[in-house]
Amino acid sequence: MSVVTETKKKPNVSRNTEMPGQSALKTRKRLSRTVKYVLLVLFLIVVLMPVYVLIVTSLKPPQDVNPATSWGLPVRWPWEPALEGGPTGFDNWALAWNALSASIGRTFLLAVPAALIASFLGAMNGFVLARWRFPYADIVFTVILFGMFIPYQAIMTPLVQMKTTLGLPSDISTLLIVHVIYGLPICTLIFRNYYASIPHELMEASRMDGAGMLRTFGSIVLPLSLPGFVVTIIWQFTSAWNDFLFALFLSNQNEGPVSLSLNNLAQGAQLANYGAAMAGALLASLPTLIVYIVLGKYFVGGLMSGSVKS
Amino acid sequence: MNKGYRNWGPPLLLIAPTIIVIGIFVYGLIGANISVSLSNRHSLVPATEFVGLDNYFALFAEERFIHSLQNLGVFTVFFIVGTMLFGFIWAWMLDKGVTAEGVFRSVFLFPMAISFVASGVVWRWLLNSAEGDRASGLNRIFEIMGLDFLQNAWWSEPGWGMAAIALPAIWQLAGYVMALFLAGFRGIPEELREAARMDGATEWKLYRYVIFPQLSPVALSALIIVGHMSLKVFDLIMAITKSIYQTEVPATYLWVALTANDYAKSATIATILLLFVAVLIVPYLIYTARAERKQR
Repeated sequence: MSVVTETKKKPNVSRNTEMPGQSALKTRKRLSRTVKYVLLVLFLIVVLMPVYVLIVTSLKPPQDVNPATSWGLPVRWPWEPALEGGPTGFDNWALAWNALSASIGRTFLLAVPAALIASFLGAMNGFVLARWRFPYADIVFTVILFGMFIPYQAIMTPLVQMKTTLGLPSDISTLLIVHVIYGLPICTLIFRNYYASIPHELMEASRMDGAGMLRTFGSIVLPLSLPGFVVTIIWQFTSAWNDFLFALFLSNQNEGPVSLSLNNLAQGAQLANYGAAMAGALLASLPTLIVYIVLGKYFVGGLMSGSVKS
Repeated sequence: MNKGYRNWGPPLLLIAPTIIVIGIFVYGLIGANISVSLSNRHSLVPATEFVGLDNYFALFAEERFIHSLQNLGVFTVFFIVGTMLFGFIWAWMLDKGVTAEGVFRSVFLFPMAISFVASGVVWRWLLNSAEGDRASGLNRIFEIMGLDFLQNAWWSEPGWGMAAIALPAIWQLAGYVMALFLAGFRGIPEELREAARMDGATEWKLYRYVIFPQLSPVALSALIIVGHMSLKVFDLIMAITKSIYQTEVPATYLWVALTANDYAKSATIATILLLFVAVLIVPYLIYTARAERKQR
């Protein structure tokens, strides 16, 4: 495939001089541009396909589910009366809401504090590591950072034993502690990179010597940290909301987060009701999707910092 | 003395809670896990003796564990190749200036915001193994498009079935790799490209000698991140297939062992997983730390 090198974004100087033979080149460029858009739109359709399936299936009452028309739009839309007063597509959503609403509430109570606490601690760590070069600061940083990459399975067996020994409850409170702890490395990383990017002079406004630094952190650094907080809060909220591993090992369906009750709804519906399962998947994804749509820019910021370098 | 305290005291005070907590819950628990893996704690009864590496030898002698490693291998290869390939292609197409670039970028990236459990719901439907008249999901699409020969049992297929599980994983994370590569492309100074073109470099040479070398740190990051995610894969498999033999990987096998209260076995599997990840991550962390020090 030939490559379009000149674009609106990056104007090429050599383009300004028209030369004979340019028109053939232009046709080729137009062709390759068309090919590119066709491909991009195709990719777009493929990536959005599961969303289409989720929405359409969630609107189909069980009696209308038929493999032959499984990719089609609903035979009867939810607002149309169902045959013989049977369930409509809305009933899927009602079923899903009843199965998930309590756990969605619990997940908010888990994910919001987990995000706030880990972010605040991360800000303190990041500030110290970026601005206060105590001996072996780099080694301490790397040692903390490793905690972000470990497979949590590697600590799960003793963690489960620890929870039993300490008699911790199988509910949101235990998960909150766990999410704060294991969120610390990435929050520290994000803030360290963020503070390293802020000009020195801004922070050195008040001369930092020892105790002065605590005041500097509170009065000068924290107010400057909003962009960093947005990134870590989004990141932490999303990962606590979407977590399944810790939830499965440390909590139960009646007291745990939405990932457990969604999994229960979906697996329970193995035989018949895909509609309710898909409605549930949409409901459970809504908060993180809204965060992504509204604050997408910062979401990407968090993703990028996952690659260590700022 | 007093000055030293005033200098190092407050920062250490700020960072101490994290150091202690990480020390206990990451390194302490890893140590505890390793010690359980060296014991005979195969039930709720506390361990009675130190058995050395016996649990490791027993595990590697198990056909079932080897099978789970093979599954993980197949999954990892398809997952890495898929995410890197699509991630690169999308970034490459978008980098060249596209109208509505933001729309494409957002759509390619949004699956990352969804949990594996939620996407597992729809992918279980898409990867339905029924064929012919009863086919739904992707098999039905193939039927509609007249590509019947492409119909297959997906993850129910022994052997290569794990490649099917990689599809949803690619769907979720290719956009992430795209975002990384896009940042990489945008980080290449335009002067470098210009200079190469001035020297009469062909497009291929421009990529071979200018663009690819500039992108290689990003590619390494992406490879490490996707690779270590792949080794940890758990949620997706539990959501699509539950913990069954066909799609078993070490992480789901660990779950089976732990729910059977075989703590020694689950800890052994966990240690092996940790070693896999450490082999990938530790050199990367050291490399990054060194590169950073050089910059300073």
